[in-house]
Amino acid sequence: MPKLIFEKNVPGSNSFSLPPGQIPNPAISKTIPAQFLRQEALNLPEISEVEAVRHFTELSTRAYGVDNGFYPLGSCTMKYNPKINEWAARLPGFAGIHPYQPEDTVQGALQLYYEMQEMLAEITGMDGFSLQPAAGAHGELAGVMIIKAYHQQRQDAKRTKIMVPDSAHGTNPASANVVGFEVIEVKSNQRGLVDLEDLRSKMTDEVAGLMLTNPNTLGLFEEDIQEIATIVHEAGGLLYYDGANLNGIMGVARPGDMGFDVIHVNLHKTFGTPHGGGGPGSGPVGVKAQLLDFLPKPITVKQGEEYRFNYDLPLSIGKVKNFYGNFGVIVKAYAYIKALGAEGLKEAGQHAVLNANYLRHQLRDDYHIPLDRLCKHEFIINSKKQAENGVTTLSIAKRLIDYGNHPPTIYFPLIVSEAMMIEPTETESKERLDEFVQTMRTIAREAAENPELVSQAPHKAVIKRVDEVTAARKPVVKWEAGVKI
Amino acid sequence: MHTPENLFYSKEHEWVRVEGNKGYIGISDFAQHQLGDIVFVELPELDLEINLGESIGVIESVKAAATLFSPVPGTIIEVNEDLEEAPELLNQDPYHNWIAVLDLSDSSRLEGLMSAEAYNAYCQTLES
Amino acid sequence: MRYTPNPSPVVDEMLQTLGLTSLEELFQDIKPELQLKEGLNLPAGLSEMELRRLLKNLAAQNLNTDDYPSFLGAGAYDHYLPAALEQLLLRSEFYTAYTPYQPEISQGILQSIFEYQTMICQLTGMDVANASLYDGGSALAEACNLACVNSKGKKKVVISDTVHPEYLEILKTYSLSGRLEVVVVPGRDGIADTTGMLAAIDHETAGAVMQQPNFYGLLEDAAPVEKAVHDQKALFIMAVEPISLALLKSPAEWGADLVVGEGQPLGSSLSFGGPYLGFMAARKNLMRKIPGRIVGQTSDLDGKRAYVLTLQAREQHIRRELAASNICSNEALCALAASMYLTFVGEQGLKEIATRCHHLARYAEQEFQKVGMELKYKQPYFCEFALKVKDPAAANRKLLANGIIGGYELDDALLLAFTEKRTKTEIDQLVAVLGGK
Repeated sequence: MPKLIFEKNVPGSNSFSLPPGQIPNPAISKTIPAQFLRQEALNLPEISEVEAVRHFTELSTRAYGVDNGFYPLGSCTMKYNPKINEWAARLPGFAGIHPYQPEDTVQGALQLYYEMQEMLAEITGMDGFSLQPAAGAHGELAGVMIIKAYHQQRQDAKRTKIMVPDSAHGTNPASANVVGFEVIEVKSNQRGLVDLEDLRSKMTDEVAGLMLTNPNTLGLFEEDIQEIATIVHEAGGLLYYDGANLNGIMGVARPGDMGFDVIHVNLHKTFGTPHGGGGPGSGPVGVKAQLLDFLPKPITVKQGEEYRFNYDLPLSIGKVKNFYGNFGVIVKAYAYIKALGAEGLKEAGQHAVLNANYLRHQLRDDYHIPLDRLCKHEFIINSKKQAENGVTTLSIAKRLIDYGNHPPTIYFPLIVSEAMMIEPTETESKERLDEFVQTMRTIAREAAENPELVSQAPHKAVIKRVDEVTAARKPVVKWEAGVKI
Repeated sequence: MHTPENLFYSKEHEWVRVEGNKGYIGISDFAQHQLGDIVFVELPELDLEINLGESIGVIESVKAAATLFSPVPGTIIEVNEDLEEAPELLNQDPYHNWIAVLDLSDSSRLEGLMSAEAYNAYCQTLES
Repeated sequence: MRYTPNPSPVVDEMLQTLGLTSLEELFQDIKPELQLKEGLNLPAGLSEMELRRLLKNLAAQNLNTDDYPSFLGAGAYDHYLPAALEQLLLRSEFYTAYTPYQPEISQGILQSIFEYQTMICQLTGMDVANASLYDGGSALAEACNLACVNSKGKKKVVISDTVHPEYLEILKTYSLSGRLEVVVVPGRDGIADTTGMLAAIDHETAGAVMQQPNFYGLLEDAAPVEKAVHDQKALFIMAVEPISLALLKSPAEWGADLVVGEGQPLGSSLSFGGPYLGFMAARKNLMRKIPGRIVGQTSDLDGKRAYVLTLQAREQHIRRELAASNICSNEALCALAASMYLTFVGEQGLKEIATRCHHLARYAEQEFQKVGMELKYKQPYFCEFALKVKDPAAANRKLLANGIIGGYELDDALLLAFTEKRTKTEIDQLVAVLGGK
């Protein structure tokens, strides 16, 4: 096992130094009153540069990204992250600008923001965007706040509930709760779509809105979306689009044309920016015309040939983040959209769906597919066939690691037992997909012939399965000097 | 599944054992099995007055979190502090290891709770 | 540019496997009236060379701190980034990975987060830190939400208006939930009005907030508020600047229960305000309540040390509508940058950086005095202060004309920040321009 950075501490080995200051250098205790000064030790590590570089390089070899191989993590859209975008975000003219510089010194950044707002509106069929939110869940939070502010402004105080399908991402009900709404769950029907009868029966004038992912988390397009929109709108509610699965319709159809009023998009899913091992992402929030005034501020506007931030939005929900959103991420997504253009975006959407359906078709002989029909960018299989030999979804996922793949999303959505949610994305070649199919077939055969082998996987990873129970019962969440675990 | 005869059960899978004015509350074998390895129990505060069906704590496993709803009204007079250090006790013996004790001095209200037999039948409907 | 690897003969072959003849047939579940007829109204795609030119041109229209010395701070600071850090962040095993859900294949990322959590605890003196939040302002909002949840329904959070104004705006936005009431107490002489805050803290209070150094760069005496809020059994929340913690009293020493801050100074570029790094640390008793991912140490089946996402029952994907926070993505790569930064500068280096920032600010103050200029507030500061000027906007224009990015414009002052990147020469020039007639 690699040591922790703290276990490599050699006092005095770090050679970082500052240039000579050429200014007075009095003791800090002379210039800052003692009541404000630190007594407690810091205990930060001291390591030579070369050893530190090796430390982080070693950690990187124990990580797995899209650049390492196939990453079919459902609902996460792990597509290739173009390298030119990394270059762009690091240009001094982007990375080296301070958020409080005068607007006339950052016209390039503001132009990029303005164009990004416009392009996202075109791609999604909405009327305006704010680029403030820092992640998908943050965009959702802003979107649900917009719904709340809209009803409040209409003085419709009785709307205290948000509806969420039982197949929804956990962030949907959590966002609604955090904004102070009560959550009503809508059932899925046997086809894996929103049950219209259940929706109708639960719809009242206390419902502020319905949050929907389309294609949904089963990878299925909500075919009755227009009727759903009518039911929600006739009851005075708003329709929210969780953009996590936008890749499945990109360039082909638009949420704005389906009746959605509020939307967030995940630039780190649909628009090719890297996930960073958990972030940073970016979750712009978009709305239809009647909600434009509620967007989080500021919005970038164009006046003549000049770009500037507009803070003068009296109905805005306000700021949700410092400054203007995750600019560095937005630069990458901007570059992605510019590179692909109209046709390229459509092709990306089409190929994402082609790849998913191809995989679904090729896996159906060996794995149970609960809803085996035309899907969009992702689909669900489960381990029903393998369960006969006592092999679970978790074990299949772990065995995939032995074969050099990242596993799919597992045990989600909750409405399918032992679910594996597979999203190949458009950036995988047929050869890659065929290899994955072969691997999955091999695992299915192993599950039948040698179930122990699968149940004890992974065998080739740097560690075996971990003891999550002890981790949660007796949490050790930081390193401490002298504490041996 | 083990279901002792001398207890009353709720649809939320809690049990109540009545001893004089005291009502011992815990979770059923079915519940601990559904949750899997329990890693943390958030206990209620002493002297808290609880209405029927109000939350008196949260039980967490690695993959789930379940709110504990009081199957009877009353005042919390004891909590099982052993569970703070050893939440796994609920997995090991859910009927011996109660979670809290309520003062039921005003408790004509064990109604709505099920007998062991009725509870077993109820659990079977959930499993099918 | 396209990043789709399958050429059309391969696409045809795949369609054939599916029994289809065109890509359009893959969308027959979407009613024709919902499908775009004309395609998106966007320009055609660009080649990589065209794209490079376009982006370079856009970037060239922004003045940047590589070319112009900058005295802007106000929550985002122009610190030096070690070259090794910039190189290592380009390891694509890190930046193209997802959240480490599968521990066996993600030990490197999990260990890096564990190390980051430890370093945040070392800086703040707290017991537990999460794997990061979006930024300083939204982290403070999460902390205030937590205080309300922790107090079982109390809503009131007392805060001074000497906290960063954008943090206050974000709190106001989050209070739309109806579960958080922010009571803003006006400051006095640039620092919190302790008497006013104490008067506002009562049995309805869920928490109170102090920022250190505050928005004006000044040091706050947090002790009276800490005592008052703890007397009400409410949480004491501090928002802190991480580099200053090399010298300044740690939040643990002040008695904080919950600590948040903007982690940008630790290895993230200015980048026009984001992505930055919200950090959060807490006392042990709040460990199972704080939002965000947490990595824990455990062992694998062979008994080898291993790391894993833990305490997940707090989180939205498990708790759903009962979750106290909806956070999912965080700023993991910025957190990695922070632990790299602290590693490359080391403990001694961090102290030297903090000391240099402070000394440069002291030097600037003395030089301003020599030309008859003075600070707006006469209070101890760390590396940032408000300099009285008649017309801040005009002063900034004059600085820019002289090749200097000036300060943050207050009503009658410029808020000037001094990082270790600034030099004596640059400060002499700043003083000469502002002090000149």
